[in-house]
Amino acid sequence: MIRVQREDFDIGREIEALTRGKISIGGVASFIGTVRGGGADGIRSMTLEHYPGMTEQELGAIETEANKRWKLEASLIVHRYGKLLPGERIVLVVTAASHRADAFAACEFLVDWLKTKAPFWKLEETPQGERWVESQASDDTAAKRWAKP
Amino acid sequence: MKLLYFAWLKTKIGTAEETLDLPAGVATAGALVDWLKTRGPGFADALKDRRALRVAVNRRSVGWDFAVKPGDEVAIFPPVTGG
Repeated sequence: MIRVQREDFDIGREIEALTRGKISIGGVASFIGTVRGGGADGIRSMTLEHYPGMTEQELGAIETEANKRWKLEASLIVHRYGKLLPGERIVLVVTAASHRADAFAACEFLVDWLKTKAPFWKLEETPQGERWVESQASDDTAAKRWAKP
Repeated sequence: MKLLYFAWLKTKIGTAEETLDLPAGVATAGALVDWLKTRGPGFADALKDRRALRVAVNRRSVGWDFAVKPGDEVAIFPPVTGG
């Protein structure tokens, strides 16, 4: 299941709704991405722009791929857009499986792939002005780990 | 066709979206970008380095040699930075 929304999400409720009644689940893995503030950059806010329509399509395709590669009982991606403040949640990825290895691996895969494939762009507001975040080579490297031989 | 620009491309070009007729002789996404570059300094600056750009046709990520046709939705944007 995937969702793109402006509003925040409740992690407990999301996991409960995703897993309720599915007794074959033996383990649930999750990742929560948040806006990093502080440091030398002094980020005041982060605005996430996305490509409505394509975003949902890409996230759906990534989720389908994870379900092909691992035996999952349930999965969820919730990604926010709009203006967010340091400490606010950006993204939630949840994977549930009979065994933890599938849940852990699929969760990491989903995060790595969505960072390099889903059409989101981050605009940071700093005391020096606004700047678009540049893509990181380390994110590409992380995503390539999952390339099929 | 519909053209969409995201992130800093939108700022440099000065618009997020426009509709235009596919120019004669333009058959691929790459050729379309080359043609767009000739439309003014904002376009020329935003589109000068194709390696810094990505393209989607009808909401699917494609390469620069991908064929474009009238009625397509073509989006041009920098590498994504979500998550």
